Amino acid sequence: MRATGGPDVAVGDVLLSVENVSLSFGGVKAVSDVSFDIRKGEIRAIIGPNGAGKTSMLNIINGFYHPQKGRIRFKGQARARMRPHDAAYGGIARTFQNVALFRGMTVLDNIMAGRTLKMHSNFFWQLLRYGPAMREEVEHRHRVEEIIDFLKIQEIRRVPVGRLPYGLQKRVELGRALAMEPELLLLDEPMAGMNLEEKEDMSRFVLDVNDHYGTTIALIEHDMGVVMDLSDRVVVLDHGIKIADGTPDEVKRNQAVIDAYLGVAH
Amino acid sequence: MAPNVAAGAETFPKLLIRNANVYGARPAMRHKDLGIWQTWTWSQTLDVVRAYTVGLHRLGVKRGETVAIVGGNRPKLYWSVMAVQMLGAIPVPVYADAVADELAYVLAHAEVRFAAVEDQEQVDKILSVKKQLPQLELMVYDEKRGLRDYDHSRLRPIDDVIDDGRKALADPAVAAWLDNEIAASKGSDPSIILYTSGTTGTSKGVVLTNERSIRAAADTVAFDKLTEKDVALAYLPLAWVGDHYLNYAQGLVSGFCTACPESPDTAMSDLREIGPSFYFAPPRTLEQLLTRVMIRMEDAGLVKQKVFHYFIGAARRYGECILNGESVPLTARLLYAIGNVLVYGPLKNVLGFSRVRVAYTAGEAVGPELFSFYRSIGLNLKQLYGQTEAFLYVTAQPDGEIYADTVGPACPNVDIRIADNGEVQFKSPGMFSGYFKDETKTAEVMTPDGYVKTGDAGFFDEKTGHLKIIDRTKDVGKLNDGTMFPPKYIENKLKFFPNIREAVALGDKRDFVTVMLNIDLAAVGSWAERNNVVYGSYQELAGHPLVYDMLEKHVAEVNRSLAEDKVMAGAQIKRFLILHKELDPDDGEITRTLKVRRGFIAERYAPLITALYDGSKEADISTQVTFEDGRKGSISARVKIRDMKPAATSAMGKAA
Repeated sequence: MRATGGPDVAVGDVLLSVENVSLSFGGVKAVSDVSFDIRKGEIRAIIGPNGAGKTSMLNIINGFYHPQKGRIRFKGQARARMRPHDAAYGGIARTFQNVALFRGMTVLDNIMAGRTLKMHSNFFWQLLRYGPAMREEVEHRHRVEEIIDFLKIQEIRRVPVGRLPYGLQKRVELGRALAMEPELLLLDEPMAGMNLEEKEDMSRFVLDVNDHYGTTIALIEHDMGVVMDLSDRVVVLDHGIKIADGTPDEVKRNQAVIDAYLGVAH
Repeated sequence: MAPNVAAGAETFPKLLIRNANVYGARPAMRHKDLGIWQTWTWSQTLDVVRAYTVGLHRLGVKRGETVAIVGGNRPKLYWSVMAVQMLGAIPVPVYADAVADELAYVLAHAEVRFAAVEDQEQVDKILSVKKQLPQLELMVYDEKRGLRDYDHSRLRPIDDVIDDGRKALADPAVAAWLDNEIAASKGSDPSIILYTSGTTGTSKGVVLTNERSIRAAADTVAFDKLTEKDVALAYLPLAWVGDHYLNYAQGLVSGFCTACPESPDTAMSDLREIGPSFYFAPPRTLEQLLTRVMIRMEDAGLVKQKVFHYFIGAARRYGECILNGESVPLTARLLYAIGNVLVYGPLKNVLGFSRVRVAYTAGEAVGPELFSFYRSIGLNLKQLYGQTEAFLYVTAQPDGEIYADTVGPACPNVDIRIADNGEVQFKSPGMFSGYFKDETKTAEVMTPDGYVKTGDAGFFDEKTGHLKIIDRTKDVGKLNDGTMFPPKYIENKLKFFPNIREAVALGDKRDFVTVMLNIDLAAVGSWAERNNVVYGSYQELAGHPLVYDMLEKHVAEVNRSLAEDKVMAGAQIKRFLILHKELDPDDGEITRTLKVRRGFIAERYAPLITALYDGSKEADISTQVTFEDGRKGSISARVKIRDMKPAATSAMGKAA
């Protein structure tokens, strides 16, 4: 594992940087003046107690929320406002805290849906499912099958997602995000509600994605064991403020972090 | 008789060459990859295996040494077996789900320097016990994922080995060398070492030779008329004798196609897509399949349910007779034909049995109900009895002579005898040449005149001449009058009734046989609901007079079937009782794998056992129980005992 073998992927330049970002909903300050960066090829964890602003942060990166102050720089391009589909075209994919799949559709179709942005043949051919559309579909299906193989979900290929247990739905959601071939993958609590075995499987997949596809990953997770094992660097938020940033070991020793999690004696 | 042996192929590599020559363009192996079935013909297979063999040789694998094969049913692992054999080395397949220590034991005992493994999981497992395996030099692996950053000084992808061999083979000298190597192997050379699963002590390495394996396989291929047009799905463990025999050996001998499932979990749907013509399933798998069908039928619409049950009923009456080629009324045939269109055909299609010509089950006692269900819908399901030491087959049921409670007559060229203690002993063409590095154990199971002791007790049924296996020899006891008493045989007969969940038969060194029964709460509970039997607890239901009446009928039925065999007639059940609590692994009464622990039960229920034999009508018992949370309590009850009248020994009729 990572803890012993060191980073699997050469961690390179800054892929995305968050610069002095603030976000508030009315009087509630979700994120205030936060800056950090995500480097190419790393696994970056965002942690913090409940209500620390982790999901808001992810939504800002994803372009779903627009920060009132500060800016996001992705692949060198700065933007104050980014819309989710811009993010998707730009190579950012995500999974959600509460599984957000098309429940009536099969696993295969759900993952195929992740390829939509990559389909280029026009509406007419797609309607006929012939010619260039067919060729394209075969090509995309090949990529999707690779993902199905990668995530070891062959046996549920044709099962409607709604009939699957929660742990598998999470895996399918990861599959759909992977289908976009993202440069940056945002995972919002990928292990929430899983048992130990499922967590171990999921951790293995996250590491494999990072290693095999070279995908940069930013994840929010509550399970500290998982975070410390998986991530290269950790940023800690508390009440919307960044209180620590560094390697798992540094963060673990940080007094501010310990106080935030365990409380301070008054 | 066997054309294959006559063709001069006394080793598996030579068979592979023969197949490439004779069936060159026919499929040898299929594997579903990325959702699409990939096919390799016999000549392509030979091509790959030759390259792989040269590659292994260049890595240092030598004639006569052992090579471990660890993983599931994948073409590259089957090719590994072939390539190792082609070099004259000996493959040692190991169960993919073996825990690291078991794996370490086998690898160390077999002294392997090389291992061909499936994926990262197996590599990790072997690396974790590296210290115990100082002789292990190199692993080759099939699935590359996750292994990229591992230290490759002792690791190679199988693909690279094959590529390397292929490049080297371009040199005619290398090709000639390989031909020489293949020719140099003799039929008497060991072809494989199969480690037994080790349910009785540590596992032993069963050494089989080329010519014996091929001879045995040739016999059964002829017996079941398997040809190069047949297809089998390899979904049972690669390291198990069944897979090695049924798929690998029979496949090479007959030239049929072996299909590998996409993943272990997709076997069911792959079965349906492939539509095999030769099929093997252990009884438990058949039971699971049937349960799934029945549960799904309960969710079906009313009309569908009615049609289903009506025709399944018709199949139950006539299906087996039709399959056995007996005479049945024309109307019955007509009814069956309609049922075939409406129910049996579609059902078999869903289960993947549409094209199955020969199906076998073995491993444990199969319930007569279950067995006849599959036969009644037209699946030619048969039983076989075998062991790793025999290279599988000892007996098998021939078409048209199928009885649920026998395992059939001896296979062609197999000689069976029953020893004085009731033990089945055999001599067969495929029998093993010894346990690897263990002459004492070999001597223990071989008789001086060359028979193998199976450790199973059995007898030949008088009416049919078929073998019946009753129990492990060491468990078989004797009544005081000398009658043989096989507890498991009697218990199994009882447990085939859905109302009986568990049974414990007593009788060793006693005057007669008695049983203690556990009711099945689900089955008896639903019966109670339908018959307005009111009960407040398990204990109350178990002691209900009507429940006793119902189970008395079951016991009487078992007695009747025991009475049909002269050997067993004396072991009829004279008295029985229904236990007031379920036998529970938490209380140590049964093992976690649900095997009855006789000694412990005898101690714990001593007052009941005394009562069973002293003629009392009821007995008091108080037992300690452990609750799920670990607290202890005690249950006391007064348990009634019923007497049974023995069934007449002369009773005739078909065995249940």
